[in-house]
Amino acid sequence: MSTAPARITYREACREAIRAAILADPRVFLMGEDVGRYGGCYAVTKGLLEELGEARIRDTPLSESAFVGAGIGAAIAGLRPIVEVMTCNFSLLALDQILNNAATIPHMSGGQFAVPLVIRMATGAGRQLAAQHSHSLEGWFAHIPGLRILAPATIEDARHMLAAALADPNPVLIFEHIMLYNMEGELDPAVQGVDIASARIRRPGHDVTLVTYGGSLFKTLDAAEALAREGIESEVIDLRVLRPLDTATIMQSVARTRRVVIVDEGWRSGSLSAEVAMRIMEEAFFELDAPIRRVCSREVPIPYAAHLEQAALPQPGSIAEAARGLARPAP
Amino acid sequence: MSTKVHLDRAHGLRLLREMLRIRRFEGKCAELYQAQKIRGFLHLYDGQEAVAVGVMQALGPEDAVVGTYREHGQALARGIPMGPLMAEMFGMQEGVCRGRGGSMHIFDHGRRFCGGNAIVGAGLPLALGFALADRMQGRQAVTACFFGEGAADEGEFHESMNLAALWRLPVLFVCENNLYSMGTPLGIAEAETSIWHKAAGYRMGGEAVDGMDPVAVEVAARRAVERIRADGTPHFLECRTYRFRAHSMFDAQLYRTKEEIEAWRAKDPIPRLRDWMERAGHLHAGDMERLEAEVEQEVAEAVAFAEAGTLEPVEELERFVTMDEVPQ
Repeated sequence: MSTAPARITYREACREAIRAAILADPRVFLMGEDVGRYGGCYAVTKGLLEELGEARIRDTPLSESAFVGAGIGAAIAGLRPIVEVMTCNFSLLALDQILNNAATIPHMSGGQFAVPLVIRMATGAGRQLAAQHSHSLEGWFAHIPGLRILAPATIEDARHMLAAALADPNPVLIFEHIMLYNMEGELDPAVQGVDIASARIRRPGHDVTLVTYGGSLFKTLDAAEALAREGIESEVIDLRVLRPLDTATIMQSVARTRRVVIVDEGWRSGSLSAEVAMRIMEEAFFELDAPIRRVCSREVPIPYAAHLEQAALPQPGSIAEAARGLARPAP
Repeated sequence: MSTKVHLDRAHGLRLLREMLRIRRFEGKCAELYQAQKIRGFLHLYDGQEAVAVGVMQALGPEDAVVGTYREHGQALARGIPMGPLMAEMFGMQEGVCRGRGGSMHIFDHGRRFCGGNAIVGAGLPLALGFALADRMQGRQAVTACFFGEGAADEGEFHESMNLAALWRLPVLFVCENNLYSMGTPLGIAEAETSIWHKAAGYRMGGEAVDGMDPVAVEVAARRAVERIRADGTPHFLECRTYRFRAHSMFDAQLYRTKEEIEAWRAKDPIPRLRDWMERAGHLHAGDMERLEAEVEQEVAEAVAFAEAGTLEPVEELERFVTMDEVPQ
């Protein structure tokens, strides 16, 4: 194996993760809409059907409830399915299976049955796909006990989170932000795996903590660069795992910076950002020097028109503005 | 009564005993519900016994079963012991699911019994998954999936029928048509009230069978299971049956007449099989009394087992929300 870092896209990292998982374990297979002949709605699975065959790369009818439920049953009965729900917008059609079966059966059966299932789905806005194709629903799923919720934001996580998810005896949902698929970067061949338990500090800083995940990570890093030019050093935390939350990493950072901005592409009301903020209230209230701020999507269905869509989403400018208000109080 | 299954004395007694076990177990459950030993929702299978008992005759231990929320009969006929089942009703940790599931969520890993599912139609996709796993792993097993006719109202039913037929999954779909989804009569919920006709739309074989006759159900189920094992294609059985009691313990039954209930009670599968066996010379003097006594004893022991049960410590409340490993 080459030791030089390879330049690949996030999409290719997702594809290689699936390919490697299927080659490594005869129990693993992928099913979903258009994953085979079409190559995946976002071209993630392009070429896999030809290489791995119809038994392992299964095109399904447009029956989210049936094929997600079949994945749950197959996981209970000994397989390790990867189910692709094309986008999280369609996951609502399978919500009953995910909540009432996958998340419930292990506890409800008194520990007799585990559901070692992985469900991948695209999430987020930014490509003018309008309201019904632009939701960020990972925060909703993070409400549900029994699930592990992952949001790979980096190429390394896109490449390695899947294997860890498949090794988990519990249902794991992976949310891939649609704006990340074309992102290109280096993949260090020396890294052979990642954990799916901890948050990561993507940029150290001491003036303010910016907590984010998924597609908002790079907007937040851009904001941090802008702030740095003004002399404000931000610490950027990539949550990576939305359930269970790694609160220790957050609290340690809060203890250093004493100021927090949470950036979440979900709507503000009842959101993951609200949960993170409340955890900080419960665990680190006296560390804070200022109220927590949030930058979330505006509370509207995401519109088609580009200027309106962009106005609805967190942006580097709005993130930097929120941080500036905290780190540099008005005289 | 069909004679395609060799219905000798031993087999007839077995069917009678299995139906009686369900009937008497549930009679006791109703009593214990009144006594507030059992709480929550309790849906009795009273009247439908021939369906579960008939279908289970066609299955072996390698096969899988996905049940409904009215699944005491399915669980008992599958061989889940009465004591742990009753203890589950009592919410005791000696129950099959440690008291976490209760009446509507009976699971038994060893017997491949995966619910007990209280969302109408939600078991069908699970059954597809069991069948897919069995086929991909080279097992010859069949998954029997029970559901009521109300499930046919759900989109999930149609998704599952299509996918099972499309992927040729070894599933026996068992529709227990008892004519009412809770209080809604079939005729005002379905445009096509002959549920098995829907199978044809998915190029799936299907038939309707007298669900008040355990032998007729067994004959149909054996034929279907043999075919499924041979060619891997799913099959659909609509068992026409009736529940004699209310939907749950909270149901005043304003939606049906006493006359209708009495007309169906006249088709009660237990006296029906008993009378047929008598006429055929398979039932001897004292047989019924002996069966009744044995079943009564089994139910009494189950109640005693449940009464002696212990409560799971509250410290274990969150245990199994996530699993540390996959149980083998």
